[in-house]
Amino acid sequence: MYGSSQIPCLGPNRLFHLVLIMHTEPNSLPPPNDSKMWRPKRGVSIWSERLVKYLFASFALISVVTTIGIVGTLIFETFEFFREIPFFRFLTDTQWTPLFSDQFGIFVLISATFMTSLIALLVALPIGLLAAICLSEYASPKMRKWLKPALEILAGIPTVVYGYFALLFVTPLLQSIVPGLKIFNSLSAGLVMGFAIMPLVASLSEDAIYAVPQSLRQGSYALGTTKRETVTGVVLPAALSGIVASCVLAISRAVGETMIVTVAAGASPVLTLDPRVSVQTMTSFIVQATFGDNPVGTIGYKTLFAVGMTLFLITFVLNIFSFWFVRRFQEKYE
Amino acid sequence: MTLSSNPRDLSDLQGDANSQFKPNLRSRYRLDRAFELLTWLATLISLIVLVTLLFDVIGDGAGSLNWDFLTSPPSRRAARAGLWPALVGTVWLLGITAVVAFPIGVGSGIFLEEFAPDNWFTRLIEINVGNLAAVPSIVYGLLGLTVFVDILRPITGGTSVLAGGLTLALLILPIIIVSTREALRAVPSSLRQGGFALGATRWQVIRDLVFAQSLPGILTGTILALSRAIGETAPILVVGAAGYIAFTPPLSLEGLQSDFTALPIQIYVWISRAKKDFEPIAAGGIVVLLVVLLLMNTSAILLRNKFQNKKL
Repeated sequence: MYGSSQIPCLGPNRLFHLVLIMHTEPNSLPPPNDSKMWRPKRGVSIWSERLVKYLFASFALISVVTTIGIVGTLIFETFEFFREIPFFRFLTDTQWTPLFSDQFGIFVLISATFMTSLIALLVALPIGLLAAICLSEYASPKMRKWLKPALEILAGIPTVVYGYFALLFVTPLLQSIVPGLKIFNSLSAGLVMGFAIMPLVASLSEDAIYAVPQSLRQGSYALGTTKRETVTGVVLPAALSGIVASCVLAISRAVGETMIVTVAAGASPVLTLDPRVSVQTMTSFIVQATFGDNPVGTIGYKTLFAVGMTLFLITFVLNIFSFWFVRRFQEKYE
Repeated sequence: MTLSSNPRDLSDLQGDANSQFKPNLRSRYRLDRAFELLTWLATLISLIVLVTLLFDVIGDGAGSLNWDFLTSPPSRRAARAGLWPALVGTVWLLGITAVVAFPIGVGSGIFLEEFAPDNWFTRLIEINVGNLAAVPSIVYGLLGLTVFVDILRPITGGTSVLAGGLTLALLILPIIIVSTREALRAVPSSLRQGGFALGATRWQVIRDLVFAQSLPGILTGTILALSRAIGETAPILVVGAAGYIAFTPPLSLEGLQSDFTALPIQIYVWISRAKKDFEPIAAGGIVVLLVVLLLMNTSAILLRNKFQNKKL
């Protein structure tokens, strides 16, 4: 195009010339002092960019440090705990009275957590999934526009409010139906917790169901199926990974839920699967123990972390399973 | 659904029409209607629960709402108990959490979405953020108890409003990171390319073009995350929020190290007193908390709607 030593001097259209120069060989540029070209001070911008990049990278590292902090503190204090209390007794004691006498049967707390979570999931999974199907497949766009925010409100209500509702509204109501129901019980705590985590299931499952391409539905209809058959036979299996992920997240929420069970399920550690009596879950033990006075280094303090570690391990295993399941079964559509 | 590719199944289908394919449309349609009704029923039940809960709480609490209730300190006698220290404590927590979590969360989001190369380090952080979002909030409380209350005692002053705020900040960090990344992803890449074509550096493009475009989305996510932090009870209970605080933290740096309480804590304390005359004021506290959350969520939605129309 242009001769190797000849570059036209800069006219009004500077950008055009810059582009031209970029296309020529480096040694074909005119000597710097001759040039009146636009030369921004790039040093500052490059340095500030580098600074920002490393600053933000260190911010991102904070989340890693948080994880290390959680795992580290839990492991450290749990290790201290097991130096005093043998692991065997932690698993086999049938009572849990760490704060006054020497009984450390974690299964007492686990049975309560299991009971409240089970009841909650029996409510949250079917209702959440059906509501998700309703929102995605049956509700008109206008209805959907109203229903989704309503579910989001339900999800945004603080759990201590649900606790109040369970203790002072649901329990008296249930007491007239269920004989022998105590004031504190896992039944009403579980039921209300189910409604507290239901929106999570509904919203995440709805996302997954909504993402199934329309062509799959149409293909199914073309085979002569009805709408229900399409939904249960084609759409739900196609959205399976997302639905299972939402269910697993709901399980971890139920296991880690604190305020509803603390307020409504009571604080009596007993090894039972009777939903009508007062129990103590892992989370409500932690609240009870921190509300009392347990200075650093006492066995009460270490017990907190042993229970916290158990809680963390359960949710961690669930999370790993969820990751694995989604990776293994996720359907990809173009 | 995957149709069986086994040829024998298909020949069965053709040979005997009744074996797998049931053309009894009437009963199938009846099942269909039942199923649709069931899904509507599920949705209806959740709405009924929502309405019942709101009516129950407002019905119980409306009587105790007045100016004195908002502005007086808690008391042993229900008739004189008020919400003021809890309200101020919640504002303190909100401020500290926002100041800490917003820059860190948005910075991490920008790094992961715009700067980070796709390598093991980035993937580690991504998996980690996903993992942190599923950790029960009470475990964050235990972390706060060890790190902020115990190890960093010289800075935080032990069980202080600063320790509570930092714990909540860690709790909502993953939410802010995820919503920042979503907001950044929604910015069309043509905008970035336009910026690069004008000779801007990556940081200039992000700061002046991408960030400005995605700010409403980021703010909406942040407000929603903060409203979650406001309602959290368990972590700050573990960190050591006190039940009866009759004073408010002074507005100074020393105020950061002051003991504190917060709305959900105060509500919990009133509920757990298990006395009939404390029930209405617990409900009154809940109404105040819900109003605060409603205000925050409404502002988030308004913000989203206002800027949605101006998107490129």
